Amino acid sequence: MNNTKSTELENVVVRFTGDSGDGMQLTGTLFSNLSAILGNEISTFPDFPSEIRAPQGTVGGVSGFQVHLGASKIYTPGDEADVLVAMNPAALKVNADGIKKGGVIIFDEDSFKKSDFDKAGFKTENPFEELNISDTIQLIPAPLSTLTQSSLEGFDMDNKTILRSKNMFALGLICWLFNRPIDQAIHFLQNKFGKKPGILEANVKVLTDGFNYGNNLHLSISTYTVEKSHELPKGKYTSISGNKATAWGLIAASKKAGLDLFLGSYPITPATDIMQELVLRKDLGVKVVQAEDEIAGITIALGASFAGELAATSTSGPGLALKSEAIGLAVMAELPIVIVDVMRGGPSTGLPTKTEQTDLLQALYGRNGESPVVVIAASTPADSFHFAYMASKIALEHMTPVILLTDAFIGNGTSLWKLPKLAELPEIKPNYPQSGMEGLKVTARDEVSKVRYWSIPGIDGFAHRNGGLEKDYTTGAISTDPLNHQKMVDTRKRKIDYISNLLPELKIEGDENADLLVVGWGTTHGHLMTAVNALNKNGEKVGLLHFNYINPLPKNTEQLIKKFKKIVVCELNSGQFANYLRSKVPGEYLQYNKVQGQPFTVTELEEHFASLLK
Amino acid sequence: MDTSLIQQYTAKDFKSDQYVRWCPGCGDYAVLNTLQKVMAELGVPPHETAVISGIGCSSRLPYYISGYGFHSIHGRGAAVATGVKVANPKLTVWQITGDGDCLAIGGNHFIHSVRRNVDINVLLFNNQIYGLTKGQYSPTTKKGYVTKSSPFGTIERPFRPAELTFGARGTFFGRLLDVDLKSSAMTMLAAAKHKGTSVVETLVNCVIFNDGAHSWLSEKETRYDRIVILEHGKPMIFGKNSDKGLVLDGFNLKVVTMGENGVTENDILVHDAHCEDTTLQMKLALMEGPEFPVAIGVIRDVEAESYDEAMTNQISEIQAKAKIKTFDDLIDSCEQWEM
Repeated sequence: MNNTKSTELENVVVRFTGDSGDGMQLTGTLFSNLSAILGNEISTFPDFPSEIRAPQGTVGGVSGFQVHLGASKIYTPGDEADVLVAMNPAALKVNADGIKKGGVIIFDEDSFKKSDFDKAGFKTENPFEELNISDTIQLIPAPLSTLTQSSLEGFDMDNKTILRSKNMFALGLICWLFNRPIDQAIHFLQNKFGKKPGILEANVKVLTDGFNYGNNLHLSISTYTVEKSHELPKGKYTSISGNKATAWGLIAASKKAGLDLFLGSYPITPATDIMQELVLRKDLGVKVVQAEDEIAGITIALGASFAGELAATSTSGPGLALKSEAIGLAVMAELPIVIVDVMRGGPSTGLPTKTEQTDLLQALYGRNGESPVVVIAASTPADSFHFAYMASKIALEHMTPVILLTDAFIGNGTSLWKLPKLAELPEIKPNYPQSGMEGLKVTARDEVSKVRYWSIPGIDGFAHRNGGLEKDYTTGAISTDPLNHQKMVDTRKRKIDYISNLLPELKIEGDENADLLVVGWGTTHGHLMTAVNALNKNGEKVGLLHFNYINPLPKNTEQLIKKFKKIVVCELNSGQFANYLRSKVPGEYLQYNKVQGQPFTVTELEEHFASLLK
Repeated sequence: MDTSLIQQYTAKDFKSDQYVRWCPGCGDYAVLNTLQKVMAELGVPPHETAVISGIGCSSRLPYYISGYGFHSIHGRGAAVATGVKVANPKLTVWQITGDGDCLAIGGNHFIHSVRRNVDINVLLFNNQIYGLTKGQYSPTTKKGYVTKSSPFGTIERPFRPAELTFGARGTFFGRLLDVDLKSSAMTMLAAAKHKGTSVVETLVNCVIFNDGAHSWLSEKETRYDRIVILEHGKPMIFGKNSDKGLVLDGFNLKVVTMGENGVTENDILVHDAHCEDTTLQMKLALMEGPEFPVAIGVIRDVEAESYDEAMTNQISEIQAKAKIKTFDDLIDSCEQWEM
């Protein structure tokens, strides 16, 4: 009988780490999904190297997947890990700083040998001491390779294939540690390997043996229980990554608008998953052209927009730079297009797999001429769906390019997502000309919203010539008239500004009478909210004002900001949004900035806010 | 057949209300007029015609056609045209481009649209000069030629558009000479009827910055001694008196005169534009004077599935057997749980 005790936790962070070939992403995904099914809130974040296969066992090749489970609302994948699974010493070395005091490390004893220490660059044969963590952590050594080999004895598999299953042994152990029945994990494996019965059987066997191994260890270690969350609205949920949610948001919008979705794109980390998700959806009529370069990605899409489809392009920072001229064309031709920028560390090639918010000014201003566009930023993996949908709606209804900013953190991370129905989503009604309006000029527009009519090639009576040259406001013919140019510049700006009337108003989260107002945008919401909540719990008066609509700003922005004396703008760049806000709502703003390719940690935010309140 | 149902068009139906603003004497006028006649002959209504261009003198052309037009940005016409055609394969799509737009800044899009075989008709206006920026050398300017950006003569080797097209596995290559209206119309019409990317090298004269670049060919007196108009299935006969022809001499082409040295019409090569192998077509496309006549007309025209057709077909095939038919089906298909 198992005599280990179980500790109930409000939330827990588990980090799976190993070589990039060790299957840590799959293990982490399975664990987070089965926890979600059991009613936990989840948030995950994969952290992988840009090298596909760095030399085995070296620190350059360490891949990680962090899972945060909660019995109540959680907003981030967590800062430090309560439990670290380390498949080799290199994984331990890379992640040693990220383990909580008193945390648990499960490691593969078979991969903790002299040669492994050498490869990871340890000088001694006691890495825990060398990392100075031996006093603060609990160790669960398990010879994962040997155990996996004996688990699969008699299976008709070569040793290499057998060892590829050792991640399932680790998963079994983790399921035991967290009192998770493994039935659901088996169900997932059936879905994944249903067509390969041999592999399925092996994985299930190893998983089960891993679970039983933990159960029979009679370890003096405490297992954990994380209760069901009761804070979520009732309904059906799944776990979704930001990139997939973005792709699906675009699809939903196209269906709602009664159009085909058309993506022109070029592979780029960390945005490629959007294209790969959309190309699967030929069943829903999605057209994807993998273009010859970033410029073709957007210009092919723009051709489709001209032809009347919902056009989108997906990219990351360097690609956005290449698309600048074409975005300007979309501004000038007043054609709808959604440009998704999954931001990564820059400048130049920068840190392709890491996260930053450093493309904001590029999105707002990175074009020649006066060329305002709508800029929106998503906050979580799941709300990327909503903002991709809204980006499409605004593009189609206001005849403008819309830049949607996500980033490596929410693009690759996952969170719980309440499944929508198409019927529940807001209507999308592009400004098509009505019959009787034949002969309409290309610049004819609604005089209130300034939205141009969208005449679609193929329809008799509405043929027109569009392009990147300035047009006469009335006739639509090309024009270099000075006053007309001024009028057109003003009109294009007014068209964008008008959209602020339709945006949801901002709300203060946390303390509405705060001594300190924290301001953020996009991907940082989870960390900022968690830090603000923690301070509020301690009786500190802190509020959060978080932005998703960047240009135009929601109408009540100035009114809310003016209520507060002390404001700190927090972002993963050197102050781009702070400077933008200064230009829109002049005033004094403190800044808290971090440009390390990593998200904020809640701890550093709490400490900083506390210091500002002193 | 009830012919009253077929709408008859004239070139006038394809003229827009815009005043044409090329320099007086520019070769583009003749090409525009021929194109409008060809569009009428094709019978595709103006509203089902889309004319897409990049930047440059010739790229102004969409403004002068009464259909749907998009004057995009420098070099990107091929990409924009690809998007238009794939989005709506029912449209007849023309791409208007120049030697700078197509082969310098737009080179990548050009070779890839040709490789994909998107069903667009490309009129590549080749005047061997940058006109709109006032006289710099282009990727097709002859080596040694003096321009504003090569005051001591260019030191660059020029592109030959046919080689690029063939290298990108093009399915159609034709060439026309602005002043030779009948062969121009014939070549454009064949390009429009070809399924896939049709590249038509359109030799035009820039009267201001490179006047006479093609005059060796276009001079009325000597023109038919210096060009050979190729038609599929017809012997490669040329000359003012139709007495010259092309024959194979080993691996090379040779000009012969019929009636001399016992050469008769039966000895003259018959043009096969439909031949998959490009060897002879390449030789024909690269002929230069004074040794050879320059080939005009349809040099290559082979069948292959077009990209837009392949996209449409693949989507239909997948949709026919797909379980996911609506967005709500997609949502239902994902791993989900009640909370």
